[in-house]
Amino acid sequence: MARTLSMKDAINEALDQEMTRDPNVIVMGEDIVGGTGSPGEADAWGGVLGVTKGLYAKHGDRLMDTPLSESAYIGAAIGAAACGMRPVAELMFIDFMGVCLDEIFNQAAKFKYMFGGKAETPVVIRAMVGAGFRAAAQHSQMLTPVFTHIPGLKVVCPSNAYDAKGLLIQSIRDNDPVIFCEHKNLYASETDVPDESYTIPFGEANVVREGGHCTIVTYGAMVHKSMEAAKELAKDGVECEIIDLRTLSPIDMDTVLESVENTGRLVCVDEANPRCSIAADVSASVSQEAFDALKAPIQMVTAPHTPVPFSPALEDLYIPSAERIASAVRKTVSH
Amino acid sequence: MSDNPFPLSRDDLLTAYRTMRTIREFEERLHTDFARGDIPGFVHLYAGEEASAVGIMAHLNDNDRIASTHRGHGHCIAKGVDVKAMMGEIYGKSTGSCRGKGGSMHIADIDKGMMGANGILGAGAPLACGAGLAAKYRGDGGVGISFVGDGASNQGMFLESLNLAAVWNLPVIFVVENNGYAESTSVDWAVACDSYVDRAAGFGLPGVTVDGTDFFAVYEAAGEIISRAREGGGPSMLECKMHRLFGHFEGDAQTYRAEGEVENLRANRDCLTQFADRVTEAGVITRAELNAIDGEVAKLIEQAVTEAIAAPLPTQTDLTTDVYVSY
Amino acid sequence: MSDERIVAVVMPKWGLAMEEGQVNEWLVEEGSEIKVGDEILEVETDKIAGTVEAADAGTLRRRLAEPGTVYPVKALLGVLADASVSDADIDAFVADYVVPAAAEGEGEEAGPSYQFLELGDQRLRYAQRGDGDQAVVLIHGFGGDLDNWLFNLDPLAEGFTVYALDLPGHGQSSKHLDDPTLGGLAKTVAAFLQALDIDRAHLVGHSMGGALALRLARQHPERVRSLGLISSAGLGETIDWDYIHGFVAAENRRQLKSVMTKLFADPSLVNRKLVDDVLRYKRLDGVSETLTLLADTLFANGQQRERPADGFDPAQVPTLVIWGEQDQILPVAQAEGLGKGATVRVVPDAGHMVQMEAASTVNSALMAHFGEH
Repeated sequence: MARTLSMKDAINEALDQEMTRDPNVIVMGEDIVGGTGSPGEADAWGGVLGVTKGLYAKHGDRLMDTPLSESAYIGAAIGAAACGMRPVAELMFIDFMGVCLDEIFNQAAKFKYMFGGKAETPVVIRAMVGAGFRAAAQHSQMLTPVFTHIPGLKVVCPSNAYDAKGLLIQSIRDNDPVIFCEHKNLYASETDVPDESYTIPFGEANVVREGGHCTIVTYGAMVHKSMEAAKELAKDGVECEIIDLRTLSPIDMDTVLESVENTGRLVCVDEANPRCSIAADVSASVSQEAFDALKAPIQMVTAPHTPVPFSPALEDLYIPSAERIASAVRKTVSH
Repeated sequence: MSDNPFPLSRDDLLTAYRTMRTIREFEERLHTDFARGDIPGFVHLYAGEEASAVGIMAHLNDNDRIASTHRGHGHCIAKGVDVKAMMGEIYGKSTGSCRGKGGSMHIADIDKGMMGANGILGAGAPLACGAGLAAKYRGDGGVGISFVGDGASNQGMFLESLNLAAVWNLPVIFVVENNGYAESTSVDWAVACDSYVDRAAGFGLPGVTVDGTDFFAVYEAAGEIISRAREGGGPSMLECKMHRLFGHFEGDAQTYRAEGEVENLRANRDCLTQFADRVTEAGVITRAELNAIDGEVAKLIEQAVTEAIAAPLPTQTDLTTDVYVSY
Repeated sequence: MSDERIVAVVMPKWGLAMEEGQVNEWLVEEGSEIKVGDEILEVETDKIAGTVEAADAGTLRRRLAEPGTVYPVKALLGVLADASVSDADIDAFVADYVVPAAAEGEGEEAGPSYQFLELGDQRLRYAQRGDGDQAVVLIHGFGGDLDNWLFNLDPLAEGFTVYALDLPGHGQSSKHLDDPTLGGLAKTVAAFLQALDIDRAHLVGHSMGGALALRLARQHPERVRSLGLISSAGLGETIDWDYIHGFVAAENRRQLKSVMTKLFADPSLVNRKLVDDVLRYKRLDGVSETLTLLADTLFANGQQRERPADGFDPAQVPTLVIWGEQDQILPVAQAEGLGKGATVRVVPDAGHMVQMEAASTVNSALMAHFGEH
């Protein structure tokens, strides 16, 4: 039965259903129960933004609060995964990867290859990404490109509740380590979500809008900004095709190339900093694979190459806006 | 034959000796072959530390998991990883434990409970916590063992793991193999407290220090803390004080060591010699039996090397298997 | 404002979720004489593209809707009237026309768009419309769901109480299937009828649903007023295995779209949303297993394993067979599978999904058929 659900609730439901389906699924992280050992409610928080709220009541000790020790518990999740469990570890803010990156990129990412295929590490690391929360430089980054660069990791960044549920269930069932990036500004956004379990395969981009004049390739919160821009552009007769990549590793370049073959124009929109970003990566691939189809230079719309500023006035300038996207499209269309 | 005063049966004693001897022979042979230029990359030898690996692993089964270190050959052999596959791996051959993709620092055999040697110092401690967590969750009585050297014991992830294991009451044993040197740096300088046991106490878990060259001391202490962990008594730390007979890695001139230090260790602190003396003097096992094992082990290692040299190299297609590469 | 000489052509409401639609193009010129069932204009919703067919006859006096523009449901798109009606009257009609705001109230009156029924460990979704004395039950085909009746449900509800259900393993009903035979499915449908106190009904089945209806009619002729078999399985020997297998195997939009275009005479009707909805269904846990099981049990290698038409006597249950002439899944020749006893209506320029592609034709044929029995 489909009903409207927020992305936050869709993630909660995915965890709930997978914990019910598979006893090997356990969930851990700082404050994900929120209140362990404290004199008040045992599950007072259910995650800093309440994403895991209510799961403790259903699944008990399979949800584990952790000490503030990202290396230890992310590593423990990875170790448990190598021993046949399917842990979902929450890193809270992706910015915290700095203190536990070794366990992710030297351990989880490499086990399968380094051990000649003898180890699987089916761990999911959930983390909040993205700016717009007035959370400043160390709680707002879009670090998807960092993880996308690392072989052995899969990187997911849903733009809506339906995708979030299906992609999270796929992440839990996938045998490789998955970095599941949740844009905190999308938690409240709602879509129709079936109450049954379902999966969305990795490496399948979603064409969220069809149009013949310009292809916009993006993901996460920027999908919505791009849609906003497309609506404005349509008033002037410019029809954009918007591709939501959904997973950055693996990435569905077939859909991108097919669209660019048709439109001949490409704007890559990425909330990450520009250098070595997803936008840069897609641009490079398209210019290599579909140069002849291009009628105009590829445009990139990204954050500036700065840390995320705090002041709302500055942060709003930092985040790519619908106006910037629209003007990039106009530039390529008028070339 | 007189009565057996040891806590192991004669057969188990023979097995323990054979395993220690295998590690020694394996490492001595690598030392020689590396010097000849036959072996690519970095090799860190475990020779001199055998009593620790074998004394601890004697209590484990395939269901127990260990997270090893860069100096991991001894742990692998003691945990039951195939010696020929290990040699093949170190030679970078497709017959290797990891099909030539891991090398000396990354030998793993999950089925044997060997979660991997590890090139990142201290990184194995959280993984062992994960193994302990899985065992505890399943209630299968398994334990996770984290090996670190004295150097890696200063790593944040190791210290975080002590706390996590204590907070979650995990069946995990943290073994600090203290051979006196973090690469070239003395433990006396790099560790500010007097004893590792003090550190354990600081994290709220019991700790014990043993003479890591004494197989029986290791065996006894490990036995006690492993059973405690199996029974839900939580994590412990075991410090084994021991010695490295070779350098940090092969090719290390070891000029940081005192003159005559290694010769003295070989003469007076060799765990294999000590073990052999104890069991023969007690009249439980004869020299002839040990010599026979030495001969068999030498043959095995010789075979392992011969086969490794003859084995095929991995090829272009192997480059892109065992990882998601299509993008 | 009501002037009975003037008929409004309005944005249709295809399913309760539809709030607006985009007019793609006019298919007839202003001034044309329109007969009932003529295709007047093409409308696209976020669900599907379809044609608005004339429900009344008359001259198309005004084409008001601009192609490419989105209009709310029931917005005035055009005006039909006889030549005798003056331009001034028509202008007045257009000027006075107000999009009925009562749409929401109507929705409430009609009850929730879907309901659920628990039958043992099965959850069945169904839609119920209208309050006629006689019941009509619509049974979709393999891989379909009750939305396959998007263009039929409300029109049929003008005269009947219409039910459409999602078969087990389909739509939003439970996905497990204990018995993947026609008999097993028929048992569920019989239980469904009983649970809703439907003693006798006109059964309308599409494709595999037709075979099911036939099977039910053979077992319980006393409970079936009449049969409507639309591009129905169960009448012939073969079925297009490329379609069945391709539908089950399709893993992404591209593969699924190429399979689904076989369903329509006009492949452009298979828009992104239609494919997406089916893909979403296919990705629910258990669907792939159930479809595989059904396909292998009923249609392995393109052979119809069960032929409920054998031994069925149309004299006992009046039967109307409707077929799209361009059907690529079940060849139109199979329409004659029941012999002379059944009325056969072949619809030109329509494919397997004839009830969607030529909805008005199918709806009026069914209404007439029900009316006679």
